[in-house]
Amino acid sequence: MLRCNEYIFAESLGEAYELNSKKSAAIVGGNGWLKLGNRQWGSVIDISRLGLDKITETDESFTIGAMVTLRDIEKHEGLNAYTNGAVKESVRHIVGTQFRNTVTVGGSIFGRFGFSDVLTVFMVMDSFAELYKGGVIPLHEFAKLPYDNDILVNIIVKKTPLKMAYSSFRNQQTDFPVLTFAHAFREDGAFSAIGARPSRAELRRDDESILKDIFSLSYEEAERAVDAYALWISSQYAYESNLRASADYRRHIAEVLARRTVASILDKG
Amino acid sequence: MDIKLWINGKLIKDSVEPDTPMLEYLRSKGCYSVKRGCETSNCGLCTVWLEGKPILSCTLPLMRADGKHITTLEGLQSEAEEFGAFLADEGAEQCGFCNSGFIMNVLAMKRELKNPTEEEIKEYLAGNLCRCTGYVGQLRAIKNYLKSVKGEAGNE
Ligand SMILES: Cc1cc2nc3c(=O)[nH]c(=O)nc-3n(C[C@H](O)[C@H](O)[C@H](O)COP(=O)(O)OP(=O)(O)OC[C@H]3O[C@@H](n4cnc5c(N)ncnc54)[C@H](O)[C@@H]3O)c2cc1C
Ligand code: FES
Ligand code: FES
Repeated sequence: MLRCNEYIFAESLGEAYELNSKKSAAIVGGNGWLKLGNRQWGSVIDISRLGLDKITETDESFTIGAMVTLRDIEKHEGLNAYTNGAVKESVRHIVGTQFRNTVTVGGSIFGRFGFSDVLTVFMVMDSFAELYKGGVIPLHEFAKLPYDNDILVNIIVKKTPLKMAYSSFRNQQTDFPVLTFAHAFREDGAFSAIGARPSRAELRRDDESILKDIFSLSYEEAERAVDAYALWISSQYAYESNLRASADYRRHIAEVLARRTVASILDKG
Repeated sequence: MDIKLWINGKLIKDSVEPDTPMLEYLRSKGCYSVKRGCETSNCGLCTVWLEGKPILSCTLPLMRADGKHITTLEGLQSEAEEFGAFLADEGAEQCGFCNSGFIMNVLAMKRELKNPTEEEIKEYLAGNLCRCTGYVGQLRAIKNYLKSVKGEAGNE
């Protein structure tokens, strides 16, 4: 349960940042995660009145406000057209409609949870975290940073041409994922991210050029390249065991998801 | 802390502790249909609508509802009874504890999705757990209900 002495609606990002500089303060997004803690907070800072609940699409980019909900990105036509439905696929298994109606992109990305479908899917895009003090930094770099008291304001996705897909594996519906996998073919290379290993998602590029020119290969050659890539990419990560799955099981699932996900992009052409 | 909100259309001005959970508050106002199953966002029993959208009242802080409209099952009595009759016809409940949250989400789905497929129905309601039934009777009841509502709309 969320416990606090004060609940403050910030009137500006500057005020929210100032208030959040105290160790006893916390920003509240959808409260999905925050409320599971046991802490008595001094102040909880609500940034829901700062207009950060919008997705702005231009010819060059999407700017997704921190208070945009997971349901908003699930239903956003532009974002799903651009990602070939990968964004919807990444969130539609998360708990339920009611939950996704309130938990936020900001809380999901700032939390940098190991199991995060949301972090995994955005990581393979040309995406950036816009922080109030820290400025705009590539999402895959933000994901590695330690927690601090900055405020995540927006996620920016540049509309670099890409072909992408997402998949995850769960032991049962609506549970946390055992493994998450995203892949994108972009002009600057082929990128994959694997999360829930159970540690948080990390980005890798196909530096061995295993998938180079794959769209012009014959069906058999492409199939061999995808098999080789799945083996290679799944070996680029460390896996650990927890209650949901063993490290070995995760490694195996990573190879399977890599093969299926990359192949699904090729199937769509 | 001062709060102003509407519960089932009725304006309420109140003074509350800053961390009052929405679920407890609604029950304190007589909305006993709002139940706590898990309190960890997993079961859907505490489903209410905020500005017409289904949400989990165990999860969203009450203060987020300041200036907004909350609807609980008590505010949808006749529609809930109509759907409830379809559940009864299919023997789609046993203990009934999951029912109020489930009905709130079915009625939200009816408004949000046009002609949902079975897959879409299952996906929309995946966050409503029922420990007794196995969901098959509920699914039959929903399909029959949607068919009947559509028929009525067609006859108007
Ligand atoms: C039962 C359950 C199951 C879940 N299953 C999944 C799953 O399968 N896949 C998945 O990807 N996710 C899952 N999640 C996580 C969920 O999707 C959200 O990522 C999570 O609830 C955090 O989002 P929130 O808006 O609720 O943030 P909150 O809980 O409000 O905040 C989370 C953290 O981020 C901080 N914060 C929030 N917003 C900002 C901001 N703008 N700037 C700086 N700091 C901020 C808060 O202070 C807090 O430390 C699950 C969560 C729960 C409770
Ligand atoms: S009590 Fe809210 S989801 Fe279970
Ligand atoms: S009928 Fe008992 S939990 Fe659903």
